[in-house]
Amino acid sequence: MQEKYVLQMKNIEKDYFGNKVLKSVSLSVKPGEIHALLGENGAGKSTLMNILFGMPVIHSTGGFDGEVFIDAKKVDVKSPKEAMKIGIGMVHQEFMLVPGFNLTENIKLNREITKKNLLSKISGNSLNFLDRKKMDKDARKALDTLEIGLDEWAKVAGLPVGYMQFVEIAREIDKSNVKLLVFDEPTAVLTESEADNLMKSMKKIAASGIAILFITHRLDEVIKAADNVTVLRDGELVATRKKEDTNVLDLAELMVGRKIKVTNKLEDDKKNRKDHESILSIKNFRVNMPGEAVKGIELEVKKGEILGIGGLAGQGKVGIANGIMGIYESTGEVRLRGENLKLNNTREALKSGLAFVSEDRRGVGLLLDSSIEENIVVTTMQIKNEFLNRFGFFDQIDSKSIRSHGLKMIKDLDIRCTGPTQLTRRLSGGNQQKVCIARALTLEPDVLFVSEPTRGIDIGAKKLVLDLLVKLNKELGMTIVMTSSELAELRAVCDRIAIISEGKVEGILEPSARDRDFGLMMAGEYRKMYSKEAL
Amino acid sequence: MTEAIKGFTNKLGLPRLIIGTFFLLLFIMAIILKLPVNTLMSDTIRRFGMYGVLVLAMVPAIQCGTGPNFALPLGIVCGLVGGLISIEIGLIGALGFVGAIMISLPFAILAGWSYGILLNKIKGSEMLVATYTGFSVVFFMSIMWIFLPFKHPEMIWPIGDGLRVTIALDSTFGQILNNLWKFPIGGVEIPTGLLLFFLLSCLCVWLFTRSKLGIAMKAAGDNPKFALVSGINVDQCRIVGTILSTVLGAIGILVYAQSYGFIQLYQAPLMMAFPAVAAILIGGASASKAKISHVIIGVFLFQGLLTVALPVANEIVSEGNLSEVLRMIVQNGIILYALTKVGGGE
Repeated sequence: MQEKYVLQMKNIEKDYFGNKVLKSVSLSVKPGEIHALLGENGAGKSTLMNILFGMPVIHSTGGFDGEVFIDAKKVDVKSPKEAMKIGIGMVHQEFMLVPGFNLTENIKLNREITKKNLLSKISGNSLNFLDRKKMDKDARKALDTLEIGLDEWAKVAGLPVGYMQFVEIAREIDKSNVKLLVFDEPTAVLTESEADNLMKSMKKIAASGIAILFITHRLDEVIKAADNVTVLRDGELVATRKKEDTNVLDLAELMVGRKIKVTNKLEDDKKNRKDHESILSIKNFRVNMPGEAVKGIELEVKKGEILGIGGLAGQGKVGIANGIMGIYESTGEVRLRGENLKLNNTREALKSGLAFVSEDRRGVGLLLDSSIEENIVVTTMQIKNEFLNRFGFFDQIDSKSIRSHGLKMIKDLDIRCTGPTQLTRRLSGGNQQKVCIARALTLEPDVLFVSEPTRGIDIGAKKLVLDLLVKLNKELGMTIVMTSSELAELRAVCDRIAIISEGKVEGILEPSARDRDFGLMMAGEYRKMYSKEAL
Repeated sequence: MTEAIKGFTNKLGLPRLIIGTFFLLLFIMAIILKLPVNTLMSDTIRRFGMYGVLVLAMVPAIQCGTGPNFALPLGIVCGLVGGLISIEIGLIGALGFVGAIMISLPFAILAGWSYGILLNKIKGSEMLVATYTGFSVVFFMSIMWIFLPFKHPEMIWPIGDGLRVTIALDSTFGQILNNLWKFPIGGVEIPTGLLLFFLLSCLCVWLFTRSKLGIAMKAAGDNPKFALVSGINVDQCRIVGTILSTVLGAIGILVYAQSYGFIQLYQAPLMMAFPAVAAILIGGASASKAKISHVIIGVFLFQGLLTVALPVANEIVSEGNLSEVLRMIVQNGIILYALTKVGGGE
């Protein structure tokens, strides 16, 4: 049992304001080992790493419980700087490089090798000259370890993305005391061949005795590179496996598996829907939304269904609704009831019977300093000229109808407030969300897009919002397209779930489909795997 | 009891409470110093009406999201041009005043429209750009006042070229609103026409904010992203707000001029935006939120304060032009304070 570990984290627990995000998680990494940390968004991977690096966000929210050992010595890391001193290095997802500096300068930034000169003898070390020769030599060595043919005097600006990643890594391994390197989703921005190169380099680094902690949600990379895998789900340690004992399918299941039961939907309901006509058909649809780019989606939305759109963050699921509503630039073909929908025109989209509840509730969804009733009617007023009294060519808002509609919505959706004139800023998250939904419903849309309806609201309110969506769908026959990062919630309310990976539809599943299929699709492995089987 | 006081303070806001108390205090001192209180009251009311429309010009600008309109001089010079043309073509009396407004409108609309386009290109730094737009236009017009081919003998220099620095309005539309239905109460003069005109302007703006376009404009100013998602053309709303503000600036300066009795050209409009901005901010507005009530409260407190503070200060320290210095300190101090509140909040 007395094996030598470079890093041990024992029974780590962390809560943010009473909301437990890590429950008794333990993790051990041996020297020279590549250890993968696998999990969905929100599984607790980043929180665990924040704890390891002593990020201020941890300490400002009340610290954490549990113990961290480095080389079997208990440590209490208070800041990222301390973590660096102990010998933990981080390769960031976004590159922290100075574009105008060359490779050597970037690799040696703030750790420059210097030599004395006349001036610095008088005024102190900060005026020392750089010992460029020695620095270049060190940089060369680090680059050679990674087997990159780049010249150490090349400027970082203009390097391909893949190489920047390697410069980051070179900087970390150049640090003489580094024992443990953390790679935070390093392959997210790399092409396949670059990713392969990275894997090779990682193995080489590991062979030199440095341990690697590899955060990812790409299953094939785990199998390819890692020695051991730790899977997190909802802040809990699900399993720690040796590579030899596991495979992609097993990992997919571990990553996604839920205890929540699929409810709400009647089987015959579903059968009826099968032959329903399609109300919205999307072809070769691309959206230029930063961070959530959609790269050619084909999707049919059937009349009267709740279609779920799931997938990991950054894969483009959020971009779909935003693109159709004309909020971000889009191209492709969208047909609503068989007619072509004008793209990049929000007004047109709203007029033709679409409505949208944004994922950014406070930033986009609400006028925080306006009353509830104003929030509810404002879009309909602008689009359909309702709630207005006309006097010749001048119009005035119709306070009476606004009030009565506001009261009706408050009653129908059970918005908890002091009255229709309360400012939406003062409402709780769940009630704010209901106001957003009320605003969309006032438009009486044929298709309602709802993005992340339960983000940032507490569990009780979550259920209310989801029940509301189901009710709207059942009673009014409203077609709902719901985008959510929470698979469990999609599986609870949707008729079909489309999983988006890398800006494309990876596949469409029934809510009752196997966990492993969901996991594979989210990781973008489903097609690869099944096309292989087909061969 | 304490609850009631707290509620009242919250509603009114601490700054207004402090300034209001200060205002009252000055008034009491004026009485103690045996200053002519009824004249002070008359002055306060007159200046309230005189500056009101200029302050009102801030409302559409703030509501549409471009912030306090520091480029008010843009509207002001449009109003001045309207006034000058009205005199030039020989309109007098009420016709002269109405004519001046009518003539200034096309200029103001055009200026506001092009300035609105400029503002849409520099989103985020409106206040700074606005200040310098205001300055630039004043200096540009200083050149134009010399070259424009005005011929009316009351307006041009007797010798040489160009328009005079101040042009008396005695024979045209001076005091036209002030004297309309004017009546005295206990030595205090009430310029009914002036006040009515101001309140009527407020009513018009209020009605506008309750129209479809007004609501769209407010939404665009409040949360541009929200407006976008609701199919509102944000840029267009900002242009509408800017035009409205510029037009009100033009009307405002004509109201000011008729009450003052002179049209002031050249450098006079340079700093005019600042008291107007200060007044609405004191009234409780922020750089992103403004209501008509803020205009009325703000212009009354700000102008009242300045009117009463000067004679009181003069009485206490009589040498030199301390009062002018004090006025600058109070006015700029208030602007400074108000600008620290730009972020808004409650």
